[in-house]
Amino acid sequence: MRPALLVPLVVFAMVAVALAVGLGLKPREIPSALIGKAVPTFALEPMKDFGPGFSSEDLKGKVSIVNVFASWCVPCRAEHGLWIEVAKTGVPIYGLNYKDRPNNASAWLAQLGNPYTATGADELGRVGIDWGVYGVPETFVVDPDGIIQLKFIGPVDRNALETQILPKVRELQAKAVARAG
Amino acid sequence: MRTALRLSMLALLALLALAPVVYAQGLEPVLPDPALEQRARELHKRLRCLVCQNQSIHESNAELARDLRNVVRERIAAGDTDEDVVTYVVARYGNWVLLQPPLNAGTLVLWLSPPLLLVTAFVGTALYFLRSRRSIPEAKPLSSEEQARVAELLGEERRG
Repeated sequence: MRPALLVPLVVFAMVAVALAVGLGLKPREIPSALIGKAVPTFALEPMKDFGPGFSSEDLKGKVSIVNVFASWCVPCRAEHGLWIEVAKTGVPIYGLNYKDRPNNASAWLAQLGNPYTATGADELGRVGIDWGVYGVPETFVVDPDGIIQLKFIGPVDRNALETQILPKVRELQAKAVARAG
Repeated sequence: MRTALRLSMLALLALLALAPVVYAQGLEPVLPDPALEQRARELHKRLRCLVCQNQSIHESNAELARDLRNVVRERIAAGDTDEDVVTYVVARYGNWVLLQPPLNAGTLVLWLSPPLLLVTAFVGTALYFLRSRRSIPEAKPLSSEEQARVAELLGEERRG
């Protein structure tokens, strides 16, 4: 058999592998440009009835989760229960209320419960843009130096919480303890 | 009557043709200086919409695209150069937002594969034709028997 006859087969195999890899990619998940960078400088206005707002300074000195949510965001409702659970374990969660109406947002939190250590309203979505937010919900893990260490796009389910977000939080907490001791 | 009908049809067509323009420009405030607005629009065309992914923010009517269009306008109004604006957006959303990504180690394959494929295709085609031309055997001259047979056949035909 002439080796040239194998060329189509080899080309086919290469294309097939490339396409198989492509099938596994998630085009909705754009890699964040902010991983490993400091959180943007911001100061969020308080949400109606859920003051007092928060700023970049509040994220320093501890490992925290920043969750971008909105009352108009249906998947946010799905993940909300998990945040209430996480809040009970003492991990500080900051809620960035993205492009929401004050009344809707506070009614939403009043109805579903408020897991957030502090919440801030970003009515115009400008702080969201500084965080590279493009789809709500989004979740960030921030280390004690205020460096963004993880970004999760889309609704967090139990699997994502337990395999990605909480391990990262624990890892960073352990690092902070090691450094302090 | 006919003319009136025709005129109203024409007016309707003209209105329909205007609709996209009105839709695109009527909803958001533009920069007062048309030259600056033009620059903003050229930049909008270079930035990819993060929600719809394969449209530029110029074309997209997603809410985030509108916010980003306004961010670009604000930066330009504040005196940023085009490159400053691009850097500003890339710092937040990464190179992903550029419809024309920069050439670097990560995008080398992306940029090199189309010319490489083209060259491969050209070389392959050229080789194929060169080889197939070479492999055509030289025609052997007819033997005397064959010539006699040809003459016979042609003769038959002429008579028939």
